Amino acid sequence: MTRPLEVQGLGYELPEKGKGESGRLLVEDVSFTVGAGETLVLLGRSGSGKTTTLKLINRLLEPTAGEVRIAGARARDLPATRLRRRIGYVIQEVGLFPHFTVARNVGLVPRLEGWEPPRIAARVRELLAIVGLDPDTFLLRHPHQLSGGQRQRVGVARALAADPPLLLLDEPFGALDPITRVELQREFQALQQRLGQAMVFVTHDVREGLMLATRIGLMHLGKLVFLGTAEEFRASEHPECRAFMAAA
Amino acid sequence: MQGIHGGGMSLWDFYARNSGEVLGLLGQHLSLVVTSTAIAVVVGVPGGVLLTRRPAWRGPILGLANVFQTIPSLALFGFLIPLPFIGGIGATTAIVALVVYALLPIVRNTYTGIAGVDPAVREAGRGMGMTDWQLLTQVELPLGLGVILAGVRVATVVSVGTATIAAAIGAGGLGVYIFRGVAVVDDTLILAGALPAALMALAADALFGLAERRFAWRGK
Repeated sequence: MTRPLEVQGLGYELPEKGKGESGRLLVEDVSFTVGAGETLVLLGRSGSGKTTTLKLINRLLEPTAGEVRIAGARARDLPATRLRRRIGYVIQEVGLFPHFTVARNVGLVPRLEGWEPPRIAARVRELLAIVGLDPDTFLLRHPHQLSGGQRQRVGVARALAADPPLLLLDEPFGALDPITRVELQREFQALQQRLGQAMVFVTHDVREGLMLATRIGLMHLGKLVFLGTAEEFRASEHPECRAFMAAA
Repeated sequence: MQGIHGGGMSLWDFYARNSGEVLGLLGQHLSLVVTSTAIAVVVGVPGGVLLTRRPAWRGPILGLANVFQTIPSLALFGFLIPLPFIGGIGATTAIVALVVYALLPIVRNTYTGIAGVDPAVREAGRGMGMTDWQLLTQVELPLGLGVILAGVRVATVVSVGTATIAAAIGAGGLGVYIFRGVAVVDDTLILAGALPAALMALAADALFGLAERRFAWRGK
């Protein structure tokens, strides 16, 4: 049975450059799988390798060891651009194109994939409704006319546009004010149940992780030191798990 | 001999009596500026883009362009004369020199304009599966256009002034009147070349200012 995401023995070593840094392993021997409708939360401190792991999956960084399979196909056998169009990607800074309207931003990947304009327009309206933005109000706005929360909703809609089997999210709610953050976390939870996408969600916020995770993977110094459900995480004796639970 | 010097005439009299020659020199001047700037854009914009893709080349190339910029223009025109193909007396040599001067602001501003694009925007674009070409043409160049146009604007305005020196190597242009005026100590004659050159520079500045406002995306 092929799963949306299989990661086996993934590793990343900094390329030779300068002194001291070369040969440093940022990610070492990371393995996990994510099924349809599952959310794997990658939890860890800053610099623990969680963002690097995410970038190794969509090949913004090329793995130096191990293998990534997307729906059974080896990621490295696909052209990087085609691979990325099949993987939704949401980052903390959102990264909307400031000179594009909301509609063009959300329709980006369908346009790259050569969809017909009417189909793109219909899909964009559908997606804005899904993320809780009224299409008639927001379609023609530019990113600078949106609040932080609205911007990240557009970011999520853009990532979902071509209905990718896998979604990667890198601290998507990290830059939002606490109230908006909780609002978006709740909506995201509802979205998870509706969509059935496989997701990898990176965060350093334990409470967010426990709330959204099907399973939690804890990263520490480049390694996956724990992988299990939220219940198992709470009960774990691993010192890094305990440190995170103490902070919750 | 009215065409050779002003002879104490008023500027208007001078223009009235030499209108054919004035228009000819004006045309030559404009053609020197337009040709050299166009070449500098065609070479400089891809050059600037290349520097964003090859960061290691940035120091040496911008450094070299800077060095060229420091050569006094009259000396550069002189240095070019003995060179085969690009040298000699006439417009070609002048255009080569003008291109050399126009390159630095255009290359530098293209680089700066693209490097100034928010890294998150670039990462999102790559993460969505845009090719490098798509990222360049749909995101980086449109967002950097304001800075790039500002570079072309500076290059053009400077070029209008520098092109007056082209007269020294037989390339014509409005500098012809200025050099004659200096030679025979005639203010009217100097002014006859300098005034239209100044107006041309102002017009170019205004035109590119308009283009920047019209085409460049302005962030908030």
